[in-house]
Amino acid sequence: MRSSPTPEDVAKEGLLISRIKNGTVIDHINGGEALNVMKILGITGSTTESLSIATNVPSRNMGKKDIVKLSNRELSKTEVDRIALISPKATINIVRNFKVCEKKGVEIPILIEGSVRCPNPGCISNTNEPIKSRFAVLPEGKGLRCLYCESVIKKDLTSHII
Amino acid sequence: MSFESAMARLGGTSLSVSSVEACSIAKGETLADTIRVVSGYADAIVIRHPKEGAARLAAEFAHVPVINAGDGAGQHPSQTLLDLYTIRQSMDIDGIDVALVGDLRYGRTAHSLASALSLYGVRLHTVSPKGLDLPSSLVNDLTEKGMEIIEHDDLTDVIGQVDVLYVTRIQRERFPDSTSYYNVASSYRITPELLVGARRHLIVLHPLPRVDEIDPRVDASPHARYFEQSRNGIPVRMAMLLKVMQ
Repeated sequence: MRSSPTPEDVAKEGLLISRIKNGTVIDHINGGEALNVMKILGITGSTTESLSIATNVPSRNMGKKDIVKLSNRELSKTEVDRIALISPKATINIVRNFKVCEKKGVEIPILIEGSVRCPNPGCISNTNEPIKSRFAVLPEGKGLRCLYCESVIKKDLTSHII
Repeated sequence: MSFESAMARLGGTSLSVSSVEACSIAKGETLADTIRVVSGYADAIVIRHPKEGAARLAAEFAHVPVINAGDGAGQHPSQTLLDLYTIRQSMDIDGIDVALVGDLRYGRTAHSLASALSLYGVRLHTVSPKGLDLPSSLVNDLTEKGMEIIEHDDLTDVIGQVDVLYVTRIQRERFPDSTSYYNVASSYRITPELLVGARRHLIVLHPLPRVDEIDPRVDASPHARYFEQSRNGIPVRMAMLLKVMQ
């Protein structure tokens, strides 16, 4: 049985998922968070484009990291900044014709809209009203505050992702 | 009713919807749609709603000013303005000691008042049954603003230390049975005997309605201010309505 590849193995053999011609590569996602990143981005299994996910890939700087490669879609900065909430070290590479044309980090946004459910069952955002949930991102990693009922999510954010 | 009275005294009229059954919400209409429709009928909307954040939603969809008259267990800002006014009639608010008593978890009047008092350097004392204490997120907000909050288990511990005793109703439905309710409620009851140990200028407030939490014998005490507080709701709400419609 083959053991997990070391950083050296990766350097020799390259990653197990192939390069993409056009699209977005999200690198340096915290190990094990790739599926939550997909949830945050609203990318579901019904996507018609090629999608590659590598989890717990050895990383010199992070120990383990996840990578997501999404073909034929360039994610906007607003979309990817939401990732910063669960993976602040993530980097975004925009690939065109196999070349990385843009590379940027993620920044924690001021407002999260539509991707997190308020934990308060009595909140108006948990009803059939025609609104999206809205949360202000509190400074210094103190969590998210619902802009309707003011409930605060301090921890386990991913369990509140819609 | 107090907003209706306030509007009448200003010379205006009110269109009241006192229950869900009496409006299109009963037919499945969203609050957002109801608000958009009512916006065309009135110059201002006063909303009391069982869901937290309902007034904020209403403000998003309304074309006229919206006043939050209580949203679920969230906030009750108009009550807070009249509470502050009533305290101000008796003393300067800055630096006083205020005790919040009763259901502080679901009591929206306590939430709004605590937030407002944090602007005045008030020291806050809380006395509540276990599980009905102030929400931790609110406590964090208040302490971040520099408010000192002291929790007490017993009313007798706090009665001699405070200038304002703000009493809220403990709701029966928060308890598994009536026996547990009566056991708890009786230990948070304000009586003339308890007030013997109070500061001379202490005032007792209550957003009303009260059930068992204040002994009717207290009504005759010079400490009792809750009916005056209730009356103050009219000029304060008149001022609010006038302000938003000017």
